[in-house]
Amino acid sequence: MLRLPKFRYLQPKSLDEATRMMADAGPEAMYVAGGTDLYPNMKRRQQTPKVVIGLAQLDALRTLQGEPAEGMVLGAGLTLTAVCMDQRVQQSYPAVANAAELISTPLLRNMGSIGGNLLLDTRCNYYDQNYDWRKSIHFCMKKDGEICWVAPSSPRCWAVQSSDCAPVMVAIGAKVKLVSSSGERMLDAAELYNDDGMRHLNKRPEELLTEIHLPPVNGWRATYWKLRRRGSFDFPVLGVASCLKLAGDGTVEAAKIILGGVGSHPIEVVAAQKAILGKKLTRETIQQAAAVAYPAAKPLDNTDHAMAWRKDMARYYVAGTLAELAGLPPGGLPPEGPLVGISSPNGKT
Amino acid sequence: MAGNNSAREDLHVIGKPHRKVDATSKCTGQTKYADDVVFPRMLHAKLLRSTVPHARIVRIDTSKAEKYPGVKAVLTGKDLPVAYGAMPVSEDEHALAIDKVRMIGEPVVAVAAVDEDVATEALDLIEVEYDLLPTISSIESALEHPEPRVHDHGEFGNIHRRQVYEFGDVEAGFAEADFVREDLTFYEGSTHLPLEEHASVALFSHDGKLTLYSSTQDLHYLHKALVKVLGLPASHIHVIATPVGGGFGGKCDPFPHEMVVSKFAMITGRPVKICLTREEVFYCHRGRHPALMSTKTGFKKDGSITALHHRSFLDGGAYGGLGVATAFYTGTFQTTTYPIPRYRVEAVRVFTNKAPAGPKRGNGAPQPRFAQEVQMDKIAEQLGLDPIEMRMRHLMSPNTYAANWIRIGTIALGTCIDKVVEGSRWKERFRKLPYGKGLGFACSGYMTGAQTPIYWNNLPHSAVQLKIDRGGGVAVFCGSSEIGQGSNSILAYIVAEVLGIDPFDIRVVTGDTDLTPVDLGSYSSRVTLMTGNAAIQAAERAKELLSQAVAEKLEVPAERLRFVDRRVFDFENPEKGVSFIDAVWLAEAKFGTLGTVGSYKPPATRGKFKGSGIGPSPAYSYTAMVAEADVNPETGIVTVPRIWVAHDIGQSINPVLVIGQVEGSIYMGLGETLMEEMAYRGNRNVVQKAPSFLEYKSLTTLEMCDIVTYLVGDADSNGPFGAKEAGQGPQLPVPPAVANAIYDAVGVRIDEVPITPDKVLKAIRAKAKGQEGRYGPTKFPHCEMPAPIFVPTPFEGGDGKPLERNPAPAQKRADKQAGVPVARV
Repeated sequence: MLRLPKFRYLQPKSLDEATRMMADAGPEAMYVAGGTDLYPNMKRRQQTPKVVIGLAQLDALRTLQGEPAEGMVLGAGLTLTAVCMDQRVQQSYPAVANAAELISTPLLRNMGSIGGNLLLDTRCNYYDQNYDWRKSIHFCMKKDGEICWVAPSSPRCWAVQSSDCAPVMVAIGAKVKLVSSSGERMLDAAELYNDDGMRHLNKRPEELLTEIHLPPVNGWRATYWKLRRRGSFDFPVLGVASCLKLAGDGTVEAAKIILGGVGSHPIEVVAAQKAILGKKLTRETIQQAAAVAYPAAKPLDNTDHAMAWRKDMARYYVAGTLAELAGLPPGGLPPEGPLVGISSPNGKT
Repeated sequence: MAGNNSAREDLHVIGKPHRKVDATSKCTGQTKYADDVVFPRMLHAKLLRSTVPHARIVRIDTSKAEKYPGVKAVLTGKDLPVAYGAMPVSEDEHALAIDKVRMIGEPVVAVAAVDEDVATEALDLIEVEYDLLPTISSIESALEHPEPRVHDHGEFGNIHRRQVYEFGDVEAGFAEADFVREDLTFYEGSTHLPLEEHASVALFSHDGKLTLYSSTQDLHYLHKALVKVLGLPASHIHVIATPVGGGFGGKCDPFPHEMVVSKFAMITGRPVKICLTREEVFYCHRGRHPALMSTKTGFKKDGSITALHHRSFLDGGAYGGLGVATAFYTGTFQTTTYPIPRYRVEAVRVFTNKAPAGPKRGNGAPQPRFAQEVQMDKIAEQLGLDPIEMRMRHLMSPNTYAANWIRIGTIALGTCIDKVVEGSRWKERFRKLPYGKGLGFACSGYMTGAQTPIYWNNLPHSAVQLKIDRGGGVAVFCGSSEIGQGSNSILAYIVAEVLGIDPFDIRVVTGDTDLTPVDLGSYSSRVTLMTGNAAIQAAERAKELLSQAVAEKLEVPAERLRFVDRRVFDFENPEKGVSFIDAVWLAEAKFGTLGTVGSYKPPATRGKFKGSGIGPSPAYSYTAMVAEADVNPETGIVTVPRIWVAHDIGQSINPVLVIGQVEGSIYMGLGETLMEEMAYRGNRNVVQKAPSFLEYKSLTTLEMCDIVTYLVGDADSNGPFGAKEAGQGPQLPVPPAVANAIYDAVGVRIDEVPITPDKVLKAIRAKAKGQEGRYGPTKFPHCEMPAPIFVPTPFEGGDGKPLERNPAPAQKRADKQAGVPVARV
């Protein structure tokens, strides 16, 4: 296997000490929680901190507070297993629990933290390779190189936002708390992310994500659908988080539809939201929303699966999430869609 | 398990589900794999690999690395200048590149240092200057670009090998057909993905003897390659095959890292270890050859075949390896299942700047079997016949020769088919399931051991020595290599059966060139049959010695003695007998120290043409399979909930191990069918797209289907206790069975693996638009081919020898088109 490079490991006993250590160590330092993202990246020399500040001892980061009616606060250091197994989260924020449970394998969920998942480095199969492989293509702009291999004429990096929790947090309107030695601030989850594969986080390197504030549960419902090759292990190559508030008669009062895994940040599909606002969810309105949603997906050939198919699937997945929230049978492209009238060679339909 | 392959009453060990002899040590972590081998003062080696796909090496500067603290030795190509290769016909590899690199990942410089970190750091200090050459990245580009040549050897341009055989007059066969159809298929490359990365440790003694521990399937061929490259006498090289944590064909070739640690041990006098990274295992590769195929079949209205013309282009990657054998195997086994009276087969293997392809499970057979069985489904559809009934009418008969001179012994394919038809309720469900659900069928035949060794010799293919000590202990020595398939256990079961003792009374010693007699290795599904027959011979000879001594003591004729339950007794008077230990004492007193040997060589073949040694086998296994597929017509996503498989095993030595091999084969086959892809980026320096366990997609347990296995068959007289192979054959029908099930489910043909959802969806949408509901290759490249080796078939009075044909076939066809009558040869 690949071996870790040499680095200094610091283990603070308190949040204050952690932020002080970071201030002292400067830009050569990084925080690590579960290490499921950082350590493989270090082995491949994608991230090369000289100082790693471990958060494993900080119980303050692993609390779960509040009530669903007022909103809950997740400590960023909670493991993904702790999040997806927590009964309050399961009952009141099922989309959060579901997204956390869909991440990787049980072993990695036992190590990886919810905060780490939200801050997951963007992924690209020109970037997530070992040093020698990257050297074979003269590296890429995200690390050690000049150009973006998936779009060589592009001035920017197109590495892919690959967190399952990020689109959900954006869809439900969660907030995050960032702490550093110079103070703390709250950000909307949506504001945490940039549409840029390299500078994908609106977070200064020295800031530590400490808390995730889930909004009060007051009538909205959300769901998350994940597309990946295999039912375990794989990162999303498309994730759709939808969050709706329906009136008593089923009219859509509020809607957020967020695409993950098909761009460098969670993509809010405003046109699709507009398509259902003030309307009732029927197969027709769902299909209208899905039809305007999928052009927003901008998959490129830098993940698993064919990119055109991933874009196609955005339509199917958006429709799927909305149908689920409307209590309609899942799936279903429009009745006037391309599949009408298909029958098998034997007359089956 | 079901079927008629139940344990025979006269057998006490064979056919019973015994534990593997090495199971406990593997489950408890006691097994020592190559990377667990540790010695004092051991150095660690690392390889600097090429970061360019095709280039001349202008300059290598290792001076800084040599001076780096902790570095003990540095090697470059000039230190190991002798070329080697798994097959004598294409010895085109060097341990470290000389003058030229041909792929990304090719080893160029090796460093041995006090630990792995130092060795890795030293690699960064090495400067290699390359003069880049244009790259060859696909079959098409190899054909279009004869220059630059990847190798100077080979036929011409970037064509490594062309092979053309014609058995009987194929044009005449097509003329007799009611219909002729030609289908194009593509089978993508894939790799073995063993859990254990390749690892080796070498030691060199003061008296000039080398010991190499290595994770290898074929220690005998490795031994030969080391002799060649290191220049030491064979008697001074000791190769130990450590237990292999997954091989599947990927550890058959001799590898650079094995040469390098050996040389380092010789230079430094210290033990030297290397353990490859996962990426490096992807560079070693030797996996499935990508194959572009054309299958032209003439058939009658009843589905009988009048002629078959199969053509393959194979992407061989950067080196020869065992690829010539693979090219042959794309044409050998099509004739094992249905009578094909006239048969022409062509194969072209090209060189490209990719990791070398080689002998992955099924070596060369899964690709053409996919083409053939999907086409059989299309033929049945075209004729309006049930695809299984059509095949059942035309199965090969036992004890017959096929057109290409391979001899079929036992064949229980009909029984196999009956089992899966019944199990899957085929008759009630095929073409009757709702849209999106389907059943598909395919079958196959595969060899139980190659009749010919990789290098020509007339020696035994396998040998066993048996030592019996006065404590009743029996030790079995055999040069076979345990790769998880259970080959060590097979030896114990067989010797235990013959000598009437418990398999766990036996000590099995394998895979050691100093201690064990030669076995050719774990490839071609040969191990059970060949080591098993050698073990039977050795054990029978031992039994004979014991029998004589016991007969004398008990005063009963030796032929009345039975060996059961650690006793030797008179079967007419069972209480009259001695314990096995007493029998050993009696025999040792009578004959002196007890030891016997046994060996095995396959029966000769009747084919007498160049290449006739590849394909013949002592016995052929058969498999029939029904796969069920669920296809989501809106996404194209295919899931396979269940597979019914019936395998003609002849006689199971251990049914649980056979089922394990069947299930493992299906696992690997289903991965190739649905997702595995050894993908490269041809326009990005021909890098491998995903050399990692995460991004190279293979099945996890969640994607794995349920399997219903039926073991059937009658004992084959060539197999030990009648056993045939199980390790490779059951993989062959998986891709076509699933492709045929997808057609039943949604009415589209996917003539290409892997069958990914984008392909399925494209075909579904094309069909919805009134176009052809198919995804697959539409063009077949042209390559000038030599005149075929023409061999009259056994049923046309051939004698196995090739004939000179006159006029040449091309001329003959031209004559035919011009209406000129041509005399039959």
